[in-house]
Amino acid sequence: MNLHLLIAIPLLPLVAAVIAGLGGRIIGRAGAHTITILGVAISCALSIYVLKQLCADGVPTFNGPVYTWGLSDGVHIDVGFLIDRLTALMMVVVTFVSLCVHVYTVGYMSDDPGYTRFFSYISLFTFSMLMLVMANNFMQLFFGWEAVGTVSYLLIGFWYTRPSAVFANLKAFIVNRVGDFGFVIGIAAVFSYTGSLSYGAAFAAAPHLTHAMIPLTAATSVNALTLICICLFIGAMGKSAQVPLHVWLPDSMEGPTPISALIHAATMVTAGIFMVARMSPIFEYSEAALSFVLIIGATTAFFMGLLGVVNNDIKRVIAYSTLSQLGYMTVALGVSAYSAAIFHLMTHAFFKALLFLAAGSVIIGMHHEQDMRKMGGLGKYMPITAVTCWIGGLALVAAPFFSGFYSKDTIIEAVGASHRFGSSYAYWCVLLGAYVTSLYTFRLLFMTFHGEERFRHVETAHDHESAAHGHHSAQPHESPWVVTVPLIALAIPSLLIGYFTVGQVLFGGYFGHSIFVLPANDIIGDMAREFHGPAQFGLRGFLGWPFWLMVAGFITAWLCFLRRPALATQAARTFGWLRTLLVEKYYFDWINERVIAPLARGIGFGLWKAGDQAIIDGVLVNGSAATVGWFGGVVRRVQNGYLYSYAFWIVIGLAALLGWFLARA
Amino acid sequence: MQAHLLSILIWLPIAAGVVVILLGEGRVVAGRWLSLAASIATLVLSFPLLARFDTQTAAYQFVEKAAWIPRFNAFYALGVDGISLPLVVLTALMTIPVIIAAWTVIKTRAPQYFAAFLIMEGLMIGVFSATDALLFYFFWEAMLIPMFLIIGIWGGPRRVYATIKFFLYTFLGSVFMLAALIFMYVKAGNYAIASFQALPLTLVEQRWIFAAFMLAFAVKVPMWPVHTWLPDAHVEAPTGGSVILAAIMLKMGGYGFLRFSLPITPDACRELNFFVITLSLIAVIYIGFVAIVQADMKKLIAYSSIAHMGFVTLGAFVVYEIVRTTGHVQGAAMGLDGAMVQMVSHGLISGALFLCVGVLYDRVHSREISAYGGVINTMPIFGAFMVMFALANTGLPGTSGFVGEFLVILATFKASFWYSALAAVTLILGACYTLWLVKRVLFGPVANDHVAHLTDLNGREFVVLGMLAVLVLAIGIWPEPLLKIMEPSIHHLVTQAIATKIPV
Repeated sequence: MNLHLLIAIPLLPLVAAVIAGLGGRIIGRAGAHTITILGVAISCALSIYVLKQLCADGVPTFNGPVYTWGLSDGVHIDVGFLIDRLTALMMVVVTFVSLCVHVYTVGYMSDDPGYTRFFSYISLFTFSMLMLVMANNFMQLFFGWEAVGTVSYLLIGFWYTRPSAVFANLKAFIVNRVGDFGFVIGIAAVFSYTGSLSYGAAFAAAPHLTHAMIPLTAATSVNALTLICICLFIGAMGKSAQVPLHVWLPDSMEGPTPISALIHAATMVTAGIFMVARMSPIFEYSEAALSFVLIIGATTAFFMGLLGVVNNDIKRVIAYSTLSQLGYMTVALGVSAYSAAIFHLMTHAFFKALLFLAAGSVIIGMHHEQDMRKMGGLGKYMPITAVTCWIGGLALVAAPFFSGFYSKDTIIEAVGASHRFGSSYAYWCVLLGAYVTSLYTFRLLFMTFHGEERFRHVETAHDHESAAHGHHSAQPHESPWVVTVPLIALAIPSLLIGYFTVGQVLFGGYFGHSIFVLPANDIIGDMAREFHGPAQFGLRGFLGWPFWLMVAGFITAWLCFLRRPALATQAARTFGWLRTLLVEKYYFDWINERVIAPLARGIGFGLWKAGDQAIIDGVLVNGSAATVGWFGGVVRRVQNGYLYSYAFWIVIGLAALLGWFLARA
Repeated sequence: MQAHLLSILIWLPIAAGVVVILLGEGRVVAGRWLSLAASIATLVLSFPLLARFDTQTAAYQFVEKAAWIPRFNAFYALGVDGISLPLVVLTALMTIPVIIAAWTVIKTRAPQYFAAFLIMEGLMIGVFSATDALLFYFFWEAMLIPMFLIIGIWGGPRRVYATIKFFLYTFLGSVFMLAALIFMYVKAGNYAIASFQALPLTLVEQRWIFAAFMLAFAVKVPMWPVHTWLPDAHVEAPTGGSVILAAIMLKMGGYGFLRFSLPITPDACRELNFFVITLSLIAVIYIGFVAIVQADMKKLIAYSSIAHMGFVTLGAFVVYEIVRTTGHVQGAAMGLDGAMVQMVSHGLISGALFLCVGVLYDRVHSREISAYGGVINTMPIFGAFMVMFALANTGLPGTSGFVGEFLVILATFKASFWYSALAAVTLILGACYTLWLVKRVLFGPVANDHVAHLTDLNGREFVVLGMLAVLVLAIGIWPEPLLKIMEPSIHHLVTQAIATKIPV
């Protein structure tokens, strides 16, 4: 594989970002979007070419350095690429979704004063994400990891005059840093036990470390691989928003909708999933860490999905859905079904980006209204948006033959087949999760596109997204082509990609050596033997529990939110405590804002006032100064200038000395 | 010329400073142009140091030696190795932004202000390039005088308290160091630092010398609990004073540990490293928490400096713990590399952050965070710079702030999981205090009339911040050239640090 070509893939978006960012005033709006779209389009084409080379042309995996970042203590820390089938798949997904979002942004942000800045940021994001997935070592992985987080920080706070946006971006950065705290310790542990930061060395060393122990106290120690995996996974919990580090993702919806689709649904948040799959040669050797992954993922999948049922903000419902789906991917990692996790990552990237962009289209059509209670019946006015959104929704609920069906059903089945500690809990979570997913998805579709046209009751639309959008017309309207074309472009894979790739990617050994599974854990391999084509797999789906739970969710949603809305109100009243618990989001935010944040400020204030000011400055520093001063005062009083006083002290002194000598003698 | 390059670097700015004073108040314009020319010339003259520096040897290069006080066998001896060279260049570099930033801002006694910084520049380069301990001590103490004057004359309302605290603190530490130097002179017969490093010392002697050095260097770094002079000094100092204080003066402490403590008293360091590591980790965590609640921007950055310098002392002293835990030295050099990179990086980033505060202070005349809000609305270019430096301050990969912390955390894990984990807490705390500051100052709606009437960076300010931004990114993206300069000297230092000097 040509190294220059590989370098060009991340570098083109970077160059475009720099030009649009620094020269935005010179090249103007059209210049900025032309150059960034061009950059990412070429990058996408090259990624597809690389994928083709690996899959069709039999070109071997590329693993090599680009330059030596640093040489410290004899350890080479390189910037380099590892391009195998896993990487290539990620590259295509990232650049394709990014390209769609770039195009969509032309329409979505057309009135925004920060137009060129926005394009610069999303291209910079594409660069960072590519560096992350293409890395062949932990330093570069961490670079990409933090860089995507930083661009996410900049983009959540894109509308920086809004207090809620700048609160959300600070929160996102700090919560992610809690994850990164674990991540960096994990990296340090890998380095400490393998002597290298390159993936190759770490993966080769992992099997030999199964009995290595890391001492924690004099008496206790922990298995090195378990500690490494759990620390790395804490990083993934931050980035991929797993309980309890999920709190930043719903708030990140404060950012413009295109980045909710690109960063907070399709790509960045899946970095944690990708990372664990990439690290499968290490994770496979720690049963305990995988159980931990499994339980965290299952908890996220079910309980975060429930929150989507009570929310009325169209973007936040999709955000909770993202949390839940990330939980599904994490569960798949936890049962060693890494390829299923990546497969779901891929299908999810398409249909979730689609759902977000469709939601954005609705928001434009509604003149920046996000509250679903003020929508309804929009299908008539926005047919393309409605149809594509339905496709995305059906993929999300895993309706047979849609892309999400192949990935999600595989995960549920894999969990059912697993015997790992925690798998029965996880099975219940993902199974009931199917009902919950269906409930909130159809609720969203019904409340938005069907039923009563509630927007007619609202006289003044909130200018919720941008004050620049001033024009109000009574009718919602379909969005311009730059918005609908990306919707269609994403709807096609959302519908078809599962059917056409499941045989190859999931059950055809596509990943080869890029994902490592111990033979004893190879559930997907067992399932592959039962697989007889996507059509048969799809038909079999009609017989399974997940399908009927999905239908149950559909009926519930239809009854409560379309046919008899009174039912929903009544249910809310009957289960008041449950509703409160969900509306309060299990009190995670409350704990963070009312307990942890004040506690940190309290500690800081206490250390400052008591430690620095009272003890160190008050007692030690100014205290010493005061002591010197007091001593000086005493000495000054003694030297009073009166001869008789000196004579008196001389006599007393002589007497004392004499007395002392005499006593000794 | 190459033979006297270091002398030129020391005396050129000092001579220029004297000329600027002589030009006097009447010729302010000529004075500041001369100051700028002299500071740029000094930087340009330091380039041959980089270009012709031999990265294959740990020996001192560009050495000069002349008799100074023959009676005490003290020499005017200069030289640089991989540890001092980056700091010399950093010093030559950071004086330029100070001069430019003060261009029209300083109204009273402007020539003397510029002169003080030029003279201080020469003296600080002297500290890093002296290879004779008495000459080192001379520069070390002399350097205090201009800084004392800068805070005392151009400082804020509580400048007298701050200067006295600053002077007494640092002087107290230095006196003990002088005693230690004299003690070793008596044993060695001369003041060459190299002969001190080779001098056999019993463990008891080493402990006393270690304690004396500790006092001098810990105050300068500053380490907890002798750090309280720094926030006061920063708050009262004019912008330039803060920049030099943070960027260069604090590095003297770190440099002292590397040049004196580790090679001269290795056995005492081995015995007492737990003490230094504990203080370093307290600096990272305790001070990190204290930084969060600061209401004054300069105080916040000052506390952040203390926390970041904790990585320097941690990286230096974890060497012994690595050897103790793993039984070999693999990783020790990485800790020292991290300490050195952290010093250079902190010089750039904290300098830049103090310049950012200076930009705001020049316009609004307040350092209180609550006096601002939504600054990015009226100063977008400034906002972009400040966000970038703030992110660098949180140790973001791709900026220089990441390199040192990363290397130290990697090395420290070899010593102990807990040390590494506690040091890594800086990822969280650093993000909290830095980005909360950014949120309150830059983001949000325009908070008041002052902010509404702000004007964005002028050309001068843009050049200064732009230059630092480029360097911060360059080191972050490719630290290898810097690591390469240091490599042989760090390697040599590890050998010295783990040897024993106890006579048998």
